[in-house]
Amino acid sequence: METPEPPSVPSPRRRFLGRLSLGLSGVIAAAATVPVIGFLLSPLTRKPPRVWRAVGSVDQFTIGQTVNVAFEDASPLPWAGVTARTAAWLRRDDTDRFTAFSVHCTHLGCPVRWIADAGLFLCPCHGGVYYADGTVSAGPPPRTLPQYPVRVRAGQVEILTSPIPIA
Amino acid sequence: MLTRLLAWLDDRSGLVTATRRALEHPVPPRTGWWYVFGSATLIAFILQVATGIALSTAYVPSSGQAYESLRFISEQAMLGRFLRGMHYFGASAMVLLIGIHVSRTYIMAAYKFPRELNWLTGAVLLLLTLALAFTGQLLRWDQTAVWSVIVGAAQAARMPVVGEQIGRFILAGDTIGGATLSRFFAFHVFFIPAIVFAFIGLHLALVLRHGISERTRDGPAVDPATYRARYAALLQRDGVPFWPDAAWRDVVFGAAVTATIVLLALIVGPPDLGPPPDPSILEAYPRPDWYFLWYFALLALAPNNLESLIIVLGPLLFGAALLVVPVFNQGARAMRRRPWAPLLVVFMWTTIVIFWIAGERADWSPDFGAQPLPASVIREQRPEVVEGARLFHDTGCEFCHRVEEYGGRRGPDLSDVAGRMRPDEITARITNGSPNMPAYVRTLTPAQIRALVAFLSSRRQ
Repeated sequence: METPEPPSVPSPRRRFLGRLSLGLSGVIAAAATVPVIGFLLSPLTRKPPRVWRAVGSVDQFTIGQTVNVAFEDASPLPWAGVTARTAAWLRRDDTDRFTAFSVHCTHLGCPVRWIADAGLFLCPCHGGVYYADGTVSAGPPPRTLPQYPVRVRAGQVEILTSPIPIA
Repeated sequence: MLTRLLAWLDDRSGLVTATRRALEHPVPPRTGWWYVFGSATLIAFILQVATGIALSTAYVPSSGQAYESLRFISEQAMLGRFLRGMHYFGASAMVLLIGIHVSRTYIMAAYKFPRELNWLTGAVLLLLTLALAFTGQLLRWDQTAVWSVIVGAAQAARMPVVGEQIGRFILAGDTIGGATLSRFFAFHVFFIPAIVFAFIGLHLALVLRHGISERTRDGPAVDPATYRARYAALLQRDGVPFWPDAAWRDVVFGAAVTATIVLLALIVGPPDLGPPPDPSILEAYPRPDWYFLWYFALLALAPNNLESLIIVLGPLLFGAALLVVPVFNQGARAMRRRPWAPLLVVFMWTTIVIFWIAGERADWSPDFGAQPLPASVIREQRPEVVEGARLFHDTGCEFCHRVEEYGGRRGPDLSDVAGRMRPDEITARITNGSPNMPAYVRTLTPAQIRALVAFLSSRRQ
């Protein structure tokens, strides 16, 4: 199909219509993208409350032993299912003091395991090893195993829900 | 009747003529079998779209229910297991074929003038394919997928300044949860494929615009001033219609690829679902699918002080290298004039295969399943030696050290340790550890260390 050649010097009317159309196209594009990007980034602005979760009564734990406890995230979405669960390594230090370690290796976040007889935390991914106090003893982990706030209330051991320590 | 219908369709749409022109456009002669990998990648992608749409009709992209829906697809739905298998092996084929295709175009310097944009659009498609592979593995929403998301977020978090934000973006929050999977699903089935479609269209339009590159021995060095005229003359003189003279090889190879995918889906089947995606189950052994296993190995074997640099700069350098290639768009294309090109490609593939094998063995991972040493290995009755052998297993030495056929491979094999270390040296090593070994003075009693030394001092071959 032949299209007539447009004049080389646009008339003021044509220039105005061109700019109007480009400007309005920009508005349409902004309407299609800005809320979408904002929505995708919303998890970064959402700060879930941190709550204390009971993980068992004090007498359940033996002094000196380190055990795996599971609890629920702070405010799980109704459809989160089992992914709302999270875990910590809990040690009873004496009658009323507890230490809760993150289960996430500081190397790349894999789940460390407590090997009671060896007194070490071992990571299955790249072989990171931590001493009982969480300090690095071997392998690639760059930092000490983080601890979660833990307290005893009304005979219950409670752990404060925390973000996954990725950085 | 059909002729008249086609004539009407062509008159109103122009599609028939356009298709015929595209199919019959002249291509250089004797292109041969090296030119089939691009079309085979496309065929693999089409299979992915078809099987993916089918799977998405039954898959529930919810963090809490995806696992059950996958079990339904795999165990109960008619053809479900087969389709999952096709989607898995189709993904594997696509990653492999696009890797071969990009290697081929690099070795033959097909990216030179005027096909620089062919290369760049292809580079984008390569990165998108890897993004599809990663997000796709996560949609198999089992325990490994959950830990892979965390590992991915932890890697992103190594980036300076914005790292933690990107990590939280990947997790869709502070923890794994209800929001995590829906986002990966949306990216895997809508967002990334939409961009892939656009870039495939662009890539194919560019192939038609510039024609496929001639065999290197059919032309001298590329000079932008003369290349187009020379290429046109070559087509004029020796060109053959794409269909069927060249296309038949694409179809034959594509059919072979499809048959392989179907057979593997039928015989081997899809990867098994692991334990449920419950982040509180710590008996996990997260591994990426085979196409990223080499990268997993690279991160395990990299020196600790270089690791953050590799995680952050590695992907950036890879992207930059892909961008830079077509800057060198002139000069010789023949392999013997650019011997570094095949060497570089062979080097890269060899490196990937070596790291892949290392990732498959994963010697750096403790062997949590190590069994207690039997009497046939201990071969001594002295109580201290027997006690030491028991401690060797119970206190975790055996997770990392091998004695004959037992134990992990993270640390040195100790089957013959008495042959190279005196008892006092063994005592010192156990007590103080080494850069890659815990200092057991913090966890073992002197009596336990004595028993371990007695056992290890009896290890001689």
